[in-house]
Amino acid sequence: MKTWLLTALCAAMPLTAAAADKPASLKVGMTTFLTGPASVFGVPAKNAAEILVETINAQGGIGGVPVEVSFIDEGAGAETLTSEYRRLAESGGADVMFAAISSGNCQTLAPLAEDLKVINFMWDCGTQKIFEEHSYKYVFRTQANATPEMLAAVIYLLKTHPDFKTIAVVNQDYAWGRDSWDIFRTALMAMKPDVKVVGEFFPKFGSPDFSTEISRLQALRPDVILSTNWGGDLDTFVQQAAQRGLMNSSTFVLPLAESSLERLGSSLPSGHIVGARGDHYFRHPERRDDDAFKDFMARYEEKTGEISVYPVFHTAQAFAALQAVYEKAIAANGGDWPDEDQVLAAMAGLEFQGLGRPVTIREDHQGIEAQLMATSVQTGDHPFATLENIMIFDGADITAPVGEVSVDWIGGLDASFLDQVGVATYAD
Amino acid sequence: MTPTLFLLALFDGIAYAALVFIVALGLTLIFGVMRILNIAHGSLYAIGAYATVSLSGWALAMGLAPILAFPLMLVSAVLVGLLLGGPIEWLLLRRIYDKPEVLQLLVTFAVFMILEDVQRLVWGTRPYFEATALQALGNVTVLGVTYTVYQLILLPAVAAALLLGMRFFLRHTIIGKLILATTEDREAAQSIGIDADKVFLFTFIVGAALAGLGGALASPTTSILPGMGADMIVLSFAVVATAGLGQIEGAALCALMIGLGRSFAVYVWPEAATLVPYAIMVAVLSVRPQGLFGSSSARKI
Repeated sequence: MKTWLLTALCAAMPLTAAAADKPASLKVGMTTFLTGPASVFGVPAKNAAEILVETINAQGGIGGVPVEVSFIDEGAGAETLTSEYRRLAESGGADVMFAAISSGNCQTLAPLAEDLKVINFMWDCGTQKIFEEHSYKYVFRTQANATPEMLAAVIYLLKTHPDFKTIAVVNQDYAWGRDSWDIFRTALMAMKPDVKVVGEFFPKFGSPDFSTEISRLQALRPDVILSTNWGGDLDTFVQQAAQRGLMNSSTFVLPLAESSLERLGSSLPSGHIVGARGDHYFRHPERRDDDAFKDFMARYEEKTGEISVYPVFHTAQAFAALQAVYEKAIAANGGDWPDEDQVLAAMAGLEFQGLGRPVTIREDHQGIEAQLMATSVQTGDHPFATLENIMIFDGADITAPVGEVSVDWIGGLDASFLDQVGVATYAD
Repeated sequence: MTPTLFLLALFDGIAYAALVFIVALGLTLIFGVMRILNIAHGSLYAIGAYATVSLSGWALAMGLAPILAFPLMLVSAVLVGLLLGGPIEWLLLRRIYDKPEVLQLLVTFAVFMILEDVQRLVWGTRPYFEATALQALGNVTVLGVTYTVYQLILLPAVAAALLLGMRFFLRHTIIGKLILATTEDREAAQSIGIDADKVFLFTFIVGAALAGLGGALASPTTSILPGMGADMIVLSFAVVATAGLGQIEGAALCALMIGLGRSFAVYVWPEAATLVPYAIMVAVLSVRPQGLFGSSSARKI
């Protein structure tokens, strides 16, 4: 009797093992801003995540397993964020974490993910320093970083306005505003050393009033004004500049303005340079005729009443990476559900496509993402500015090579770099 | 610094000071009369701005003339005073006038937190921008620099009118004199038949409406978004504390000092622009802890 039972148990074991391996759901924990000024990014991302999960599950989930996503508010402060993150990764049973929007939060959470041995996709934060200063086993980035984003802006500016002489900057007074100017200035000085910086302004984050800066800029009359502001700060700056005619006398370079186009309405005149932190645009010239793209844009607009902005695209990339890596790992595992090490192995060289061009994961875990830059135009087709003279730059050409520190690498560039970067151009 | 730049900095400083003063006026009035530092003042400012945006957005959608945005600002301010200021005083503050100051501060802070969430529930997290009123007045060019009439002329004019109006109201009208009497000595005022409860309620409604008016007037110039109230309460508190709590004319002068300090900093030393208002506050308070015009006497306004 005893032997019979043992034999039966042994026979049953491989079966139960394989069945238990496939979980009831694939749990994703996503940090995003639901409160605070950055909720202009976080709330669209959450809406996008809900649509994407719905779509994936309607198609049978990933490898037959439905995806489940829960959200953590990044606006609640670093302490709450880390304890919530820890809770979700440990007792919450999250298989993969998506974190974060804020660069500061990425820098806090990347080592934590490593400690907790949970796979983390950095899905939106900008800082280029993460993989330049550390190497991680569990942390990957499913998008570009500040270096290609700023380089694309400089290259577009130099290609479209080769003869400008003076530039001023109005950035927010915190890490992003300072770091992005550092990269932009270094690149500009390397490729066009005769440009003069005539003003550097760093009003405090969340500043409600740029009137004094605008008066000063009107007196200085720079050819180009750079601002990497975003959200309410960008809206306020552009509105106040437009109200007082500053946008008629200087060309603005606004690397994050794609996310403000709809809110700015008629206030953003034609002829200013707009960026999108990647190849993100609700009328993406290479994607707008795809059914999947059109379907998503329509569903997003229906759900939110707004057009898609770049955090939506970044969310789509994170979910595309999730789907791609599990499918790759399942295939490598002979069709069975993979364990964490097998998923990690499948991340190497992973290629996936969200709502833009395909993105690849490099050996240092940095994502290589194309960059879209364009010029604003008021056509009358929409109640807000759209984009024309669109250039999409190849991500690999403008991302600092593995092992290089961005600012050093950029400082070593020269004017010939402009012609070495792969670019596709579209009228609109 | 050339004379031209000096004038430009002066204009910018005055326009900025005007807006800060209007908000600080309500804060210092409430403190002067009721001895309560109302942190929720910041929320009332933000809600005044939101209400104006919603009302004028609605009016425009109905096809009404853009110039109507101005009376709608007043409507928003009065609504904030009556619908929020009234109940806050009547339901909450009335119960805690004889409680320790720390508790009063905590209660108004709690109201601030609640109202911040109310804003998010009602208006969401999206920034709004509604500049119809500002555009209706057009621009002027001074020394080759374009200003909006709204900021260069209207805001300082409103601030000056409020300052003079408040002086006149407190010193030359019956209600004003009742307020002054209650401020001077509440018990003595009550003993000669002044209804101090009514005076407090009225004062708080007026103070709250001034916060709402500040928000309404700020709304065409800036993005209306969560967190704007916190920013303003800190700045207007800096003005009020530098002047001495309860000092109306002093608040006007300090708003001007802080506004000019900030705008000159943008021209001379942009890195320090954020620091200037607080540097002025620290400098003043370390020499005169009761504020520039504050005194330890019983008279508050």
